[in-house]
Amino acid sequence: MTTTKKQLHRIDLIFKNEQDCKEILRNALARSNQEVINEMVNSGLKGRGGAGFPTGLKWKLTAEQKVDEKFVICNADEGEPGTFKDREILTRVPHKVLSGMAVCAKIIGARKGYIYLRGEYKFLVPNLKKELRRFHDILDELGLDFRVEIFMGSGAYICGEESALFESMEGKRGEPRNKPPFPTEIGYMNKPTVINNVETLAHSYTILKYGAKKFRELGVKDSRGSKVFSVSGDTPIPGIYELELGMSVQDFVDDFGDGDTKAVQVGGASGFLVPRKRFGKTSIGYQGKLTGISLPTGGSMMIFNSSRSMYNVLNNYLDFFEEESCGQCTPCRVGCQQLLKGIKAVKRGEKPASYLDKLLKLTDTMKLTAKCGLGQSVANSFSSIVENFREEMIY
Amino acid sequence: MSNMVNLTINGIAVSVEEGQTILEAAEKLHIKIPTLCYHKDLCVAGNCRVCVVEQVGNNKLVASCAMPVSEGMEINTNTLKVRNCRKHIIELLLTEHNEECTKCYRNGHCELQELAAEYQITNQDFIDLVPDKNYTVDRISPALEKDDSKCIRCQRCVRTCAEIQSVGAIAVAHKGSEMKISTVFDRALDEVVCTNCGQCIVHCPTGALVEKSYVEKVWDAIADPDTHVVVQTAPAVRIGLGEELGFGAGSRVTGKMVSALRRLGFDSVLDTDFTADLTIMEEGTELLTRLKRALVEDDPDVALPMATSCSPGWVKYIEHKYPEYLPNLSTCKSPQQMFGALAKTYYAKNIGVDPQNIISVSIMPCTAKKYEANRPEMKDSGYKDVDFVLTTRELAVMIRQAGIEFEKLNDESFDSIMGTGSGAGVIFGATGGVMEAALRTAYEIITGREVPFENLEILPVRGLDGVKEASIKIEGTVDDWKFLEGVELKCAITNGLENAHRLMDDIKKGERFYHFLEIMACPGGCLGGGGQPYPVDDEVRMKRMEAIYAEDCDLPIRKSHENPEIVQIYKDFLEEPLSHKSHKLLHTSYVKREQY
Repeated sequence: MTTTKKQLHRIDLIFKNEQDCKEILRNALARSNQEVINEMVNSGLKGRGGAGFPTGLKWKLTAEQKVDEKFVICNADEGEPGTFKDREILTRVPHKVLSGMAVCAKIIGARKGYIYLRGEYKFLVPNLKKELRRFHDILDELGLDFRVEIFMGSGAYICGEESALFESMEGKRGEPRNKPPFPTEIGYMNKPTVINNVETLAHSYTILKYGAKKFRELGVKDSRGSKVFSVSGDTPIPGIYELELGMSVQDFVDDFGDGDTKAVQVGGASGFLVPRKRFGKTSIGYQGKLTGISLPTGGSMMIFNSSRSMYNVLNNYLDFFEEESCGQCTPCRVGCQQLLKGIKAVKRGEKPASYLDKLLKLTDTMKLTAKCGLGQSVANSFSSIVENFREEMIY
Repeated sequence: MSNMVNLTINGIAVSVEEGQTILEAAEKLHIKIPTLCYHKDLCVAGNCRVCVVEQVGNNKLVASCAMPVSEGMEINTNTLKVRNCRKHIIELLLTEHNEECTKCYRNGHCELQELAAEYQITNQDFIDLVPDKNYTVDRISPALEKDDSKCIRCQRCVRTCAEIQSVGAIAVAHKGSEMKISTVFDRALDEVVCTNCGQCIVHCPTGALVEKSYVEKVWDAIADPDTHVVVQTAPAVRIGLGEELGFGAGSRVTGKMVSALRRLGFDSVLDTDFTADLTIMEEGTELLTRLKRALVEDDPDVALPMATSCSPGWVKYIEHKYPEYLPNLSTCKSPQQMFGALAKTYYAKNIGVDPQNIISVSIMPCTAKKYEANRPEMKDSGYKDVDFVLTTRELAVMIRQAGIEFEKLNDESFDSIMGTGSGAGVIFGATGGVMEAALRTAYEIITGREVPFENLEILPVRGLDGVKEASIKIEGTVDDWKFLEGVELKCAITNGLENAHRLMDDIKKGERFYHFLEIMACPGGCLGGGGQPYPVDDEVRMKRMEAIYAEDCDLPIRKSHENPEIVQIYKDFLEEPLSHKSHKLLHTSYVKREQY
C-alpha cells in the first residue's frame, strides 16, 4: 500500500517507562484524601473495562462507607474477545497499576488488595510476584499498611463481571449478584470494595503524576483521556495502541484498515458492529456526547474486510455467549441458545426470514431483563449485525 | 420503629418498611406479581426474571423480588413492556422444558404450567431445545426422582438443600446452555449425601423433583384377594391431607381420612400414633437407663446427650455428617418401622393371618420414610417390615382416583388393635412434640406426678424457632429414681437440618451440654415434611401446628403410658420396655456413611 494515510495521534502515557513510582506515591499519600478524590473526579476518568463508571466517584462512594474493612480489587480477568491490552499493561508497567491500587487503598481505608488474574494469564504470575515484592518494600518504606495478593481466575468469562468475580473469590460459583447493593457498599466478603480495571488503575497513576488538567486535555467531552486499544482482524498493523478517546471510526479505519474494511466491531463480542456507512457518524467514547453515536469499548477493535461473512462473525459470538453465560438467569441462558439456533435455522431455511425480527424482539427482552451486563449486552452485537447485514443472515 | 419508605405501584401510593422489596410492597396492595425462583423460605436469587416490573426512570426492568424499595419510587407492574418481557421469559423456559404435561407427576400442580396458562402461551414458536439436550432422569433412589428435562434452573432446590438443610447434596454444575442442577460427580441422588428429606420436592415449582410413587403397587396389593393390606397413618398426615382435597391449611380431617382409607379398600386402618406412644415407652426408658449409667454407675462410655431417631432424614444426616455421634442416637426404630415390625408379628398373630400374606402400607408426611422402609436391616419381622410408603400427596391421589368426595365423608374411627394413639402420640407431628410426649411420661414415671405445666402443655418446646431449649428440675422422685433427685434435665429441640448442624457443632465444640435432643429434619417437624402438600411456608406450617395441638387437646388420653393398647401390648407380647423382644423388633443400629 502506497497511499499516504492519515495517522491518529499516538499517545505515550500508559507504557512510558517511568521509574518514579516511589516519588509519585509519596506525593500522593501526602495529599489529603479529599484532594486526591477531587483530582480523580476532575480528571473525568471513567472505567476502562468498558462500562465507563466515573472512577473518582467510585473511590469517593467507597471512602464514605463507615466500615473497618474494605478492599481494592484490580480486575484483570480480561476475557472480552479481541482485547489483550491488560495483559500488556501488567507485563510492561505493573508498578503503575499497583501504585493506583495503593493510593486508592489509602483513600478508602483498605489494607488488602487483590489482582484477580484471568486463568489463561498464569504465565504473568512469576513476574508479577517479583514486582509485588519490590512494591511491598516501597510501601513499607512509605509506611502504608497495604498488601496486594494475586487471585487466579479459572477461565470463566462471567467472572469478569464484578459481582461474579467476588463470588468466585469467596470460593463460590461465579454468578452475578443482584444489584443494588453495589460493590461500593457491599462487595468482596460483603465489605465496601473498589473494583477497577487494570487500565483504569494505570491511568490513575498518570493523573496523579501529571494532574487532572493534563489528562482532561486529551479526549472529548464526556470521554476524557486516552485509551489503550487492542486492534485485531483485517489490519496490516495489529497490536496495542494508546489513542485519544473521541476519534471517529472513519479516522480509525483510515489509520488501521487494510483499504477494504467492511465493518468494525467495537467493544468485543458484547459490543457493537459498525458498518462502513456509519464509520463517519460513529465515534469511540462513552455515551453522553451531544451529537452522533458514541460507542464505548473495553479496548477491543476488530476490523473485518469484505472477505468476511457477517453470519459467521455473529455465529461465532453467539457460540461464545451460549457457552459463557453463567446459566443463572432465564433471558441470558435460554436467550443465547435461541439466538444461536435461530440464526442457523434461518440460514438453513428452516425458519422464514421474518424469524429474525422475532429474534430482535427477543434481544430487546434480554437487554431489559437479564440479570447482569453479559445477558444485557448480547443484544448489542446481535442487533447491529442483523440489522446491517440482514441479507448475509438469510442467503 | 424502622424507617418507612413511600412509593407508588401502578399509581397507588404505599408505604413500607425500609429494606422491603417491590414484591413485598405489591403484596401489601394485593397486586400479584408472578414469581418462580422466589420462595418465602429462601434467600432471594433473582434468576428466573418473571417478576420483572418497570421502574420509572430506569431504562431496564427490575426484578421485583430482589429490588429494595426506595423513596419516591414509581413502579408499574402491568405495562405492555412488562407483559411482553414476561411472556418471552415464560416462552424461553418452556423451550428448555419437557412439555409433556399430561405425562407429568406434577400435572395440575406445576407453577410453570400455571404461568403458561395465565399468559396464554398458545402460539409460541421459538425452537424446541429439548431434543438437543442430554437430559437425564435419576430414578435410582427408593424415595426421590430427579428429572432434568423438567427443571427450570430456578435453584430453589439448591438453596433449600444448602440453606434450610445444610446438606448440599445438589448444586449447580456447568455453565451456559449446559448449566444444570447436579450432584457430586453427577452421581445418583441415592449415592450421595442426600438425606431423602424431600424439602427440595416441596420447594420445586415443577416436576423436576418428585417422590418415587408407589400408588400403583398399593392399588395392586389392595386388588389382590389373597393379601391382607394394613395401613398406618402418621400424625402429620391428618392435618395436611385436607389441603390437597379442598380444605384450607390446618384443617383436621382425621375422621374423614380414616373413612376414605376404608373406602379405598384397606383391610385394616391403623394409626402410627400407637407406635409413637410405644416409641415414648422405649425411648424414654432408654434415656433413663443412659442417665442411670452416667449418674449412678459413672460409666464413661455412656453416650449423652441422647438424640431421637424418629426422623429418617436426620438419621441419614448424622450417619453422613456426624458419624462419631452415632452412639448418641437412640436405638429405637422410628414409629413407622416399629409399626411395620409389629404388623407382621403381634398384629398378624392377633388376627390370625399368615404374615407372609400381609402387605404393610404407611402414609407419611415424608419422603425419607420411603428410604427408611427400604433399608436392608428393616426386616426384623422376618419379612420386609413396611412394604410401601406413600406420601400425604399420594394418598390424596388415590382418594381422587377412587372418586371419593372427601369433604362429604363422615368421620370414622381407626380399627384396633394398633389403632389407638394418645395426644402425646399425635404431637410427634410437630417440632418439640416428641420431647413434650417424652417429658409427660418420663416425669410422671420418675416423680409419680404429672409434668408441672397447665393442661400438660409444655409451651417452651413448642413453636417454629430453629433451636429451642428446655430444662426441667426433677424433684420429689419416687424410690426407684432417687438418683435423679435434684437433677436438672436439659433438653434441646431443633427442626430443619441447618439448625441441627448448628446445634451439633456447638455440642462438638463443648459449648453446649444437654441430656436429650429432639431433632427433626424438616422445618416445623413432620408437619412440614417433604411428603406434605404444596405450597408451604411458615404461615402454613403454623396453621398445621395449631391443628396438631388441637388434636392433642381433644383426645381423651394425653399420655403415652396411659394408652390402653400400649398397656396391653406390654402385657401380652413385649413384656416390658427394652425387653429381649423389644430389642429384636423395635430397636436398630446405624452405619457410618461418606461425607459427600
